[in-house]
Amino acid sequence: MSLLTVQDLSVDFTTADGPVKAVTGINFDIQPGECLGIVGESGSGKSQTFMAAMGLLPANGRASGSVRLNGSEILNLATPELNKIRGSDVGMIFQDPLTALTPHLRIGEQMREVLQVHKGVVGRQARRLCLDWLDRVQMPVAARRLEQFPHELSGGMRQRVMIAMSMLCNPRLLIADEPTTALDVTVQAEILDLMAELQKEQGTAIALITHDMGVVARMCDRIQVMRQGGFVENGTATEIFHSPKHAYTQALLKAMPRIDAADAPQLFETQARPILRVDDVKVHFQMKMSGGLFGHWVPLKAVDGVSFEVRQGETLGVVGESGCGKSTLARAVLQLIEPTGGGVSWLGQPIVGLKRAELNKYRKDLQIVFQDPLASLDPRMTISASIAEPLLTYRPDLTRRERKMTVADMMERVGLDRTLFNRYPHELSGGQNQRVGIARAMINRPKLIICDEAVSALDVSIQAQIIGLLRQLQAEFGLALIFISHDLSVVRAISNRIMVLYLGRVVELADGETICAHPQHPYTQSLISAVPVPDPDIERSRCRIKLPGELASPLDPRAALRFLPSRLAAGETNYLPKLIQFAPDHYVAEHDPLELILEG
Amino acid sequence: MFAKSSKAAQIAEEVTDFTAVQGRSLWQDARARFVQNRAARACVLVLALIVAFTIFGPLFAQWNNEEIDWDIIGNVAAQGMPSLATGHYFGVDDLGRDLYSRVIQATTTSLLVGLIGASMALFVGTIYGIISGFVGGRTDSIMMRIVDILMAIPATLVIILLLVVAGRSFFKLFIALGAVSWLSMSRIVRGQTLALKHREFIEAARAAGVSEITIMHRHILPNLLGVVVVYASLMVPEMILAESFISFLGLGVSEPYTSLGSLISEGAGTMAYGTLWQLAIPLFFYVAIIITMFFIGDGLRDALDPKDR
Repeated sequence: MSLLTVQDLSVDFTTADGPVKAVTGINFDIQPGECLGIVGESGSGKSQTFMAAMGLLPANGRASGSVRLNGSEILNLATPELNKIRGSDVGMIFQDPLTALTPHLRIGEQMREVLQVHKGVVGRQARRLCLDWLDRVQMPVAARRLEQFPHELSGGMRQRVMIAMSMLCNPRLLIADEPTTALDVTVQAEILDLMAELQKEQGTAIALITHDMGVVARMCDRIQVMRQGGFVENGTATEIFHSPKHAYTQALLKAMPRIDAADAPQLFETQARPILRVDDVKVHFQMKMSGGLFGHWVPLKAVDGVSFEVRQGETLGVVGESGCGKSTLARAVLQLIEPTGGGVSWLGQPIVGLKRAELNKYRKDLQIVFQDPLASLDPRMTISASIAEPLLTYRPDLTRRERKMTVADMMERVGLDRTLFNRYPHELSGGQNQRVGIARAMINRPKLIICDEAVSALDVSIQAQIIGLLRQLQAEFGLALIFISHDLSVVRAISNRIMVLYLGRVVELADGETICAHPQHPYTQSLISAVPVPDPDIERSRCRIKLPGELASPLDPRAALRFLPSRLAAGETNYLPKLIQFAPDHYVAEHDPLELILEG
Repeated sequence: MFAKSSKAAQIAEEVTDFTAVQGRSLWQDARARFVQNRAARACVLVLALIVAFTIFGPLFAQWNNEEIDWDIIGNVAAQGMPSLATGHYFGVDDLGRDLYSRVIQATTTSLLVGLIGASMALFVGTIYGIISGFVGGRTDSIMMRIVDILMAIPATLVIILLLVVAGRSFFKLFIALGAVSWLSMSRIVRGQTLALKHREFIEAARAAGVSEITIMHRHILPNLLGVVVVYASLMVPEMILAESFISFLGLGVSEPYTSLGSLISEGAGTMAYGTLWQLAIPLFFYVAIIITMFFIGDGLRDALDPKDR
């Protein structure tokens, strides 16, 4: 008998603009111990399906149909009865582990509350159970964590706490709603391994809701592809990945960037002189730490001596995990943040420390596209006014009409209909808004655009379109791009060369092919091995390089030597690893052999 | 000649160009939400009626606000009640003056005090707050410490001192109210500016070479206008309250002019002699204005700031 049976489930929302059908009559079931993947893009109704099943819809939502858990109907049950099921028979993990934990309660208290409510277990026995589960989710120093508050833990640790909490009552079904989307790739890999292990050991069934085909390929036995509130295709992982039948599934798989893609850009062969030269740039922030009467200041080395060059027409990818200083580097190059040290020169002219007016001459050629398409546009301006803004500064000679035509042409060039001219950002989708951001950056025909996580907030298919657009524009105008992202497969899809950052320093710099196929530095190797590949056969047979410990804090001076434990052991805590040329155009930071680092 | 060619260009633009869909701005959205709010809509109507009363009311008055009705003066409690026959629609006050005319005059004063006090707060507070928040650093610290110091002095004390030293007049009353009301406004605006300053679209404007002053008025100002409008609308009744309090103390506008606060004060004084209308009628107008203003302010907040409800 199946564990969860959903029949003809529909979810409707009443909104100010009329009723919205979020889910339209779907059927599926989950067998005990299996992992079912629900894949779809944002707005496909994948989360609402399970929210409705668990009675967690907002007040304006209404669910109809039938949801049976172990044969008994649970849809639209009264809250007290649902509360018995939630947390005991069914555990849930959400995307953002910080908002899912109560900020003012210690980890231990929150975990014990679950036990008290569902099992009546209190006191020493409850504490023992909590500790036991924290150990099982491989939480380092578990006993201390019980006394800590959620904000004291890193994202990965919080998600471990969430998993431990939802597993406390040995649920038979674990609903994981985008459990790793907010996490770094290496942490994601660890959390996914942990979930797979729990599934095997405890026989817990998992419903994995995600947009990431790579995650699904690693985890799921069966897959349901969802679109606009309905299922378009279902089947086993092998079926879906190797012989997708529905056009949407095929498009989704095709749009998914792959780290092992064959059509990715090669090394850009050019004799041209570099247009941008960044030399040993440093950005240090002063952080106030408590301690002593007045506290003391500790430098946070967000970017600590990064050098690179960009040639005309090429794309340099910059990859690194959160907190490695990628965005700070972008802003330091554009002089939006003044670098603490080092030089940036544009076409041979140094631009660090220039006055605002002098800098504006160079800003015409140096543009940036931001991560959040909505936040980077002024909500009170029409999109055409936003696109036209750089024209007002650099082309004051244009008449209103000429300006309007230039903007309209550029809109068309980036794939926006010109009838959208007078629209406001909140009326457009994320993908359209990102096109507006690109149009604004492109309007003065710059020579270099920095894309700071420009596609990270977008759905996979939109992501592919935007990357396609950037590549087209690059070919047409001979642009140079610096493409910054935490997602290695996206960076691979657009970059000629890739630079890997770790805590504000370059650890490896080479062409895309070399970085992805023959990485030299242990950090790059672990990063590459953690990136999910949308192919179940490859994904499940790959072996991962797990570096011991969590991602270190940039405030810790010893963190820079994580890959040189021999120097650390020798007491040279201030030693900075040097970048050494490993092969032509391939630079690797000094490091100890992988085996030595893995010993921890 | 000039005008003609620009006109021609404009026409040409409209004829040859594509037809773009008109977008729906956040202001338009807010207006739609405000119109849907029934309580706020009713309050706008009530307030409009009160304003219309102050404008058209004098046309029907048979007495002006200074004239004393000598027939009634000795016997206000018995003959001075509201009546159509004597022409005193709202009755007379303790001195035999027509309360109808006096209420109209007082309502005008109170509404003006509210509007002018709030708009002074709006202008001074917004400009001060934006500069303080946007420039930041040491300037910000100094400007905000000044506000802190001024805030520490009780507002009533400042107003009373100003009125006593400079003498009582309409104009000075506005100055006195304005001088204390911009302080909290500047703090709110500074907070909003700080939040906006680090948004990506400001960075984008900077990358596009827009100057700091242009950023302030093109990007920061329109985005905090919503909050400012809400706060200013809630400040109007506060100003009216403050003025009434001062008038109640006997320091407000001077005779023969009056305000709702002083009328209420006089009415309260004669309450015991059976002339209850002298308190009830000004009080009714006063309460009506305050309540409608609060409801309108609330409606504006819901409309302009749907997230923070």
